[in-house]
Amino acid sequence: MGLISRILLVLAFALPAHAQEKFITVASTTSTEQSGLFKHLLPVFEKKTGIQVRVVALGTGQALDMGRRGDADVVFVHARPLEEKFVAEGFGVRRFEVMYNDFVIVGPKSDPAKIAGGKDAVEALKKIMKTGSPFASRGDKSGTHFAEVELWKAAGVDIARDKGPWYRETGSGMGPTLNTASGMNAYSLTDRGTWLSFKNRGDLVIVVEGDQRLFNQYGVMLVNPAKHPHVKKEMGQAFVDWVISPAGQKTIAEYKIGGEQLFFPNARK
Amino acid sequence: MQDILESLRGAVALIFSADPVLGGIVLLSLKVSLSAVVFATLLGLPVGAAIAVGRFPGRHTIVVLLNALMGLPPVVVGLVVYLLLSRAGPLGELGLLFSPPAMVIAQTILILPIIAALCRQAVEDAWIEYQEQLRSLGAQGVRAALTLIWDIRFSLLTAVLAGLGRASAEVGAVMIVGGNIDGVTRVMTTAIALETSKGDLPLALSLGIVLITLVLLLNAAAFGLKEAAQRRYG
Amino acid sequence: MSGMRAPSSILPLVLHEVSYAAGGRNVVDRVSFELAPGPRTVILGANGAGKSVLMRLMHGLLRPTSGEIVWGERDPDRLRQRQAMVFQRPVMLRRSALANVVYALKLARVADAEKIALAALEAVGLARLAQRPARVLSGGEQQRLALARAWSLRPQVLFLDEPTANLDPTATREIESAIAAVHAGGTKIVMTTHNLGQARRLGDEVLFIHQGRLVERSPVEQFFRQPASAEAAAFIKGELPWV
Repeated sequence: MGLISRILLVLAFALPAHAQEKFITVASTTSTEQSGLFKHLLPVFEKKTGIQVRVVALGTGQALDMGRRGDADVVFVHARPLEEKFVAEGFGVRRFEVMYNDFVIVGPKSDPAKIAGGKDAVEALKKIMKTGSPFASRGDKSGTHFAEVELWKAAGVDIARDKGPWYRETGSGMGPTLNTASGMNAYSLTDRGTWLSFKNRGDLVIVVEGDQRLFNQYGVMLVNPAKHPHVKKEMGQAFVDWVISPAGQKTIAEYKIGGEQLFFPNARK
Repeated sequence: MQDILESLRGAVALIFSADPVLGGIVLLSLKVSLSAVVFATLLGLPVGAAIAVGRFPGRHTIVVLLNALMGLPPVVVGLVVYLLLSRAGPLGELGLLFSPPAMVIAQTILILPIIAALCRQAVEDAWIEYQEQLRSLGAQGVRAALTLIWDIRFSLLTAVLAGLGRASAEVGAVMIVGGNIDGVTRVMTTAIALETSKGDLPLALSLGIVLITLVLLLNAAAFGLKEAAQRRYG
Repeated sequence: MSGMRAPSSILPLVLHEVSYAAGGRNVVDRVSFELAPGPRTVILGANGAGKSVLMRLMHGLLRPTSGEIVWGERDPDRLRQRQAMVFQRPVMLRRSALANVVYALKLARVADAEKIALAALEAVGLARLAQRPARVLSGGEQQRLALARAWSLRPQVLFLDEPTANLDPTATREIESAIAAVHAGGTKIVMTTHNLGQARRLGDEVLFIHQGRLVERSPVEQFFRQPASAEAAAFIKGELPWV
């Protein structure tokens, strides 16, 4: 019995104490985390304020759901209509625009749909559907998936109804979806950040970019303490304030992969 | 083949690099899984032993149920614990979500049936051999069960190792209740999942090799302990 | 040491119309007899006659499906402490020979357990193996150990169920002399055996069981020379066809 109590005591001290540390929980998306932005951004904030930022990276739908349940203090995603709904329903205090990056369409070098080099994302999608070329979709309620569905709509396609066997829904994050696309030489819509740090490209290259409709806006919101009193509102607000402040915006702009800037700060002054 | 060789070399480099981030991840994995094993054994061993020697209505059903629960899908356990610990859930007040204790809770629930069921089997088999003699000497109920458990402690160690194997290998539960937060709840399996989803397959495989090596070492140590003790006690 | 025990005797043991049913039939069938202190009782019978079940009923490991078993002592704890049993296959714990005996003594809450245990081992000639893991001892040594363990409790009645059935002749002799020593110390011996020579050597009276029923009870010499029942005669002839 003595041995067991000793083991329990050791474990109690070994597992990091939970409540004492100064931290906030931020619900964000897998694509944002995998772009590496947080590794660059958060240490600057933590050094300035001493607040540890714990990011739980999920799909946009899941991240907003986390906010609704009160499991996060701040939500940082990129799906404007969903974010506005979040605030309208009272779960978020106020939405602030932070930065944007863009989506690109990637596809096999062989380019069966003949869209490479184009600047029109909607035309490209139409051609993909017409030629029945394989297309890998995230299909997971994420911001990226949402953007993809909107593009199909702009092409006059109700993708949920009109999809064929060429359309493959992986139900997973950007990385696994790109893995699938690479594996089957399929087209896919991805954010530039994930693409730049994705290492398993196979035969895939960027085929379409630069279309205004591929513009991907990020917003940040404090989870409403009126709905969830335990939300760390001072620390959460400090994070929101910093991210849209000139210092935070500058830090975002400074993040580069291979010399290329990934995110373009655009918080309203 | 290239990938695998590259990953093997990567694994060795990782181990010798003494990278503090990797070190932290390995340490956390060990803490979480070993804690889960300790708690699951403290709970599961008595339950398994009680079911083994007890005679009560519905016993057969409970044994079947216990065996079936060994196959609990980790992701389902994770989901249920998440719903319990979420602020919107019944235990939200505890604020345990996305922390190592939450991961320990989920893994404990996951491996509890394994340890209980395997202990039950070992105790039941031994009970057949020991029962008459123990009762003849006047050992009853809990006293007899404790004597029996101590006597078959090496067979029970196998059950515990099975639980440890399951805990250190699973990703579904710790991912959902831990959130794979960098520096806080990232363990070996969730790190591997992350690198895989980022497309960095060689790194993911290297981490996988490190994990397997770790588990092999733990099992080898347990085996050595068992052998030494068996030579001593017969 | 005997001063610490309650002076009351747990004997006589009375069985009255005791039956034990298993698999739809009476393995022990309406058996009645009384055991008094003194004579060494040997229970004889063919395989499956019900001897082992009868032993377990007397010792208290099984409860009769009908009938009564009444000892001279009413308190079940005191009763259990004054009788012990040695099984056909000894079951030892994964610890040293000495520790096994100490375990039994500590269960019975006997003081000075180590000292008494060592004395018991000496009495059966196992003192030099005291620290050896009990499970690596030979069959004969383990059975002697079981005997030492049972005897260390100073039981008033010692049950032995085919104690030498699995042992070679040398080990058998050692066990028999140990049993004799136990009896000489005042313990009542109740034993089953297959070995008719052993029955003659060690027994004072014979209870003969046939198909669960007590068919004959006589002093040992009389049983062998002039069995009263046909079943007993057939049994002796079957076991010793040259008689």
